[in-house]
Amino acid sequence: MNIIRTAACGTLESSDALITVAPGDGLQISIQSVVLRQFGAQIEASVRDVLRELEVTGAIITVEDRGAVDCVLRARCETALRRAAKEE
Amino acid sequence: MTKLKSTLRSALEAAGLTSGMTVSFHHHLRNGDHVLNMVLDEAAAMGIKNLTLQASSIFPVHAPLIGHIQSGVVTGIETAYMSGPVADAISHALLARPVVFRSHGGRAQAIASGRVHIDIAFIAAPCADCAGNLNGLYGPAACGSLGYAFTDARYADCVVAITDHLVPYPAAPASIDETQVDYVVQVPCIGDPGGIVSGTTSVTRDPVGLRIAEYAAQVMASSGLLQEGFSFQTGAGGASLAVTEYLKPLLRARGITAGFGMGGITGAMVDMLENGYVRSLLDVQCFDLRAVASIRDNPAHQEIPALRYAAPIARGSAVDQLSCVVLGATEIDVDFNVNVHTDSSGVILGGSGGHSDTAAGAQLTMIVAPLMRARLPIVVDRVGCISTPGSTVDVLVTQRGIAVHPARRELRDALVAAHLPVYDIHALRDMARRITGTPAVLPHGHRVVGVVEYRDGSLLDQIFALDE
Repeated sequence: MNIIRTAACGTLESSDALITVAPGDGLQISIQSVVLRQFGAQIEASVRDVLRELEVTGAIITVEDRGAVDCVLRARCETALRRAAKEE
Repeated sequence: MTKLKSTLRSALEAAGLTSGMTVSFHHHLRNGDHVLNMVLDEAAAMGIKNLTLQASSIFPVHAPLIGHIQSGVVTGIETAYMSGPVADAISHALLARPVVFRSHGGRAQAIASGRVHIDIAFIAAPCADCAGNLNGLYGPAACGSLGYAFTDARYADCVVAITDHLVPYPAAPASIDETQVDYVVQVPCIGDPGGIVSGTTSVTRDPVGLRIAEYAAQVMASSGLLQEGFSFQTGAGGASLAVTEYLKPLLRARGITAGFGMGGITGAMVDMLENGYVRSLLDVQCFDLRAVASIRDNPAHQEIPALRYAAPIARGSAVDQLSCVVLGATEIDVDFNVNVHTDSSGVILGGSGGHSDTAAGAQLTMIVAPLMRARLPIVVDRVGCISTPGSTVDVLVTQRGIAVHPARRELRDALVAAHLPVYDIHALRDMARRITGTPAVLPHGHRVVGVVEYRDGSLLDQIFALDE
């Protein structure tokens, strides 16, 4: 999947996450989270999972997490990537 | 000699304020309080250093305290609760000496027994006369009960009343009277009434909170305690408050009247009093302006001192008469220990207040909390700080299920018989983790920034600094 524009998905409400994707070389992932210390590694692993599944190799991904559970994070991430690839 | 001083400075000089003293404050003006800041500002201007603050609670409005700690005006804090910028700064090791946290009852007992000595007590007096008779019922900063201030006024070496509503002698009623007050000073404003109302005192409309409250009321109904004379205390959190709404139809259906409701009193409790669901209210602190009006106008709504409310070794205290208390938690562990001092990252955001006092006294101690907050399960393997020992907790109520302390088999059986969703507490922990994942266990810093005294004065736990 090719990231060709900037797109986002999600909100900054409690239990949600806002994920922004922009074109870039290689994968650059930055994560802010209210539960960074408890779940930071799991959040990054989930984001990398989704990137792998969608075969994204170049993107700048910003995660602003407000305590979203894993399935929400993955869904927000996938939708942001598909929007950024102009699939919708 | 007149007790009335024209300026705060002259009152502090008359009271003999010197470096190294212990000064006390009470928190009935809550986040609207101006008194603590104005006294410390004046002390700083006088060049005073090394004060120990014996404050019943510290709120966000007390942020200027951080500057007074940095400049050495304040070098020690003892309190029952702290939140906001000061609590944050303490968690980041602002203060060299650990903060001593006590419960409301433990604080009163420590002062009454002489273990804690107060040099000067400052009483925020919404209504006072020139001789020091005072109450919290009238004036622009009326806050209702002065429960926590009684102990300070009675046992401090010197008592300074600070008022913005000076009335002709004799002020009536005299909650604290002239025999205990050394000086009176009139200032333009002791507090902002808008800040007196707690931010947490509206009944929740959140469906999770309502489900928890409904289960909590059903637990009371099934416990066998809901009989004529039943007594209760609920916190001011949304779910705790909602319990009173579910309790009313149960009382009505059984044709019984509760004996007393206690605690920080809210409009919801006043409503129960005025509509005949409960015969009296015992009030150590008013949480909203409806409670303030009620304690002023209704003789069945009584002001009680902290010592009578909750002290452990007094000849008797009201917590020992409680049938049921409903309390909150930031975390609870598989041994039912409850944390209300720190959040899941170890940052200080509260304190016991009356939590451990009422838990120890009540026949049924119920913790109400959502199964998880955002991505954090409420049930953990070990709480970050023990505020209330698990041996004094009987039941945890969440929206997905109820766990009963293993020592309370008969209660567990009664709840199962009532078809309530009873689980082992480990099962509630695992239920949450299936949704959230398992949070990493966080290392804490090494420096002790707080010690938690149990109500009898023994050391219950320690609070550590965040990353150093």
